[in-house]
Amino acid sequence: MAGSTPASLTVDRAKTAQSLTPGQETWRRFKRHRLALVCLVVLTLIVFTVMLGPLLWQVPINDIDFSATLSPPSFKHPLGTDDLGQDLLARMLYGGRISLAVGLVAMLIAMSFGVVVGAVAGMSRGTLDIALMWLTDLFLSLPQLPLLLLIFYLFNDTLKKWVGVEMGIFILVVVVIGGLRWMPVARLVRAQFLTLREKEFVEAARALGASRWRQVTKHILPNAIGPVIVAATIDVAAAIIAESTLSFLGLGFPPDVPTWGRILFDAKDQMDVAPHWALAPGLLIFVTVLTINYIGDGLRDAYDPRRVI
Amino acid sequence: MSRYILRRILIAIPSLLGISLVLFTILALAPGDPFSEMTSNPNIPREVAEALREKFGLNDPVLVRYWHWLWAMLHGDWGFSFVSRLDVDLLIKQRVGTSLLVIGSSQLLALCIAIPIGVIAASRPYSIFDQIANSLAFIGFSLPTFFTGILFILFFSIYLNWLPFVYRADLSSTGLQLVWDQIKQMIMPVAVLGLFQAGSWTRYVRSAVLDVIRLDYVTTARSKGLPKKNIMTKHVLRNALIPVITLVALQMPAIFGGAIVTEQIFRIPGIGSLLISSMLANDTPVIMAVTFVFSALVIASNLLADIIYGWLDPRISYS
Repeated sequence: MAGSTPASLTVDRAKTAQSLTPGQETWRRFKRHRLALVCLVVLTLIVFTVMLGPLLWQVPINDIDFSATLSPPSFKHPLGTDDLGQDLLARMLYGGRISLAVGLVAMLIAMSFGVVVGAVAGMSRGTLDIALMWLTDLFLSLPQLPLLLLIFYLFNDTLKKWVGVEMGIFILVVVVIGGLRWMPVARLVRAQFLTLREKEFVEAARALGASRWRQVTKHILPNAIGPVIVAATIDVAAAIIAESTLSFLGLGFPPDVPTWGRILFDAKDQMDVAPHWALAPGLLIFVTVLTINYIGDGLRDAYDPRRVI
Repeated sequence: MSRYILRRILIAIPSLLGISLVLFTILALAPGDPFSEMTSNPNIPREVAEALREKFGLNDPVLVRYWHWLWAMLHGDWGFSFVSRLDVDLLIKQRVGTSLLVIGSSQLLALCIAIPIGVIAASRPYSIFDQIANSLAFIGFSLPTFFTGILFILFFSIYLNWLPFVYRADLSSTGLQLVWDQIKQMIMPVAVLGLFQAGSWTRYVRSAVLDVIRLDYVTTARSKGLPKKNIMTKHVLRNALIPVITLVALQMPAIFGGAIVTEQIFRIPGIGSLLISSMLANDTPVIMAVTFVFSALVIASNLLADIIYGWLDPRISYS
């Protein structure tokens, strides 16, 4: 039956599997998912282009040129220009750095918070567990985008004064997006902990006198980390969409910071005359998110012990 | 069944209170208040500003203010919009219907796509159909709603000139023409929201059906010679939908988020666009109320999911 494990297949492979570390084994399984592998290559390309691109394409992002407004892609401007004649390629490269950084940092915040809450809830019995799960469920039923917008609206000005415009908004975006996405991870980690802490190998460690901290960090957490990595991957995509949505609604980064969502927001009123302006950032958001989701799918297959690859 | 529903409603109330507390805490923690601009205005003496703060209770402790706010909300006193000079509840009542109409029909569309495709894909796993459906589903939930909205407008409104890209609540036509105009202006927003949801739901339905279809009782039903259609609808789908409903309920906050974006793109006069416009205009009472309404809608849809859950799974309702 598709996806389930016939016992004999695993026996045949026992010899090769023995010589591989868990990391190598995961990589071997991940490689079998062709599409995920292709997506990994595409995503790496996007990341490198965004990181190294500004070094090669040294057109300033805010070079206003009224003789070339809304010009379609040409040799001088490979992605065309916007309504102020600013070069879109340079702006896209710059914005990509911010969008990807937001996705990554927001994911790290969500993951660390989620793992801590889930681990504490999973290891403690009784009131603390119940209280933490109630909090998780409460956060799960908060409408995220309205809340995101509300927090943004209320705290924007203070933080701007405090650490400067760009950094202030970056911190706010990252903390708020990360702070509203930890709940699924917390639930996942708790569920894993509940089953793992009763397993024989943990009991053996306990019997040998391992401290609670050692049980968690050396025995339980490494075994629970697979699904967390999958969730983390998909969270990067979700955070990128969340940031773009904020920018698209005109409430994210200020107009002089061209994130992908912001470029799309600026472009949407000129769509009839300059469709290229809206298509480039939209397509890039789409491709980035799609590749990340596929990589997550490949990782899920690779980490799923029930699946024979 | 009615006792089960009653119990669910009773569980929903603390969540609603918890959410209102979170919202109020955010508001209380936020720097500045409606009167902060007054203190910097030289035309208003300091004592007047201070008296106003005292009068509106801004110097009270947070819990007291929360209590006053909650009490007023429960009595239907939702405040007064600074911008449009209307009562907030009136403003929301005017717009909430449009929002629910668009969100509801888009979810219906998503279900109509996701359930048949998910079931067919799961009954022939790893076939060509399954792979195409899976790829389309991935594309569906990787395309952000704001980009699909823009693409739709670009293609159907600007290029083909078939559909209007501004949603109007005050259509001037009458009779059948009115119905047709209404359908025409709803096609794009509903499709944008619906296709986005259909992507992830197709995957949920597929994996849930795939789990159920292997169980022994399905094999029994098949070996009894029941028609395939009967097995699918009565034996498989009913059980497979139980986990799907849970996942759908968990997605509700995201659905309302997508609705805000869609309302903004197509200029639908719903509560989502009300939220954005009042944020751009610093209209705090409206912002608070709309956020609260969104929370209440999320809770209400979770409640609905629970009730459907009890209907699908008879084991739950009597426990």
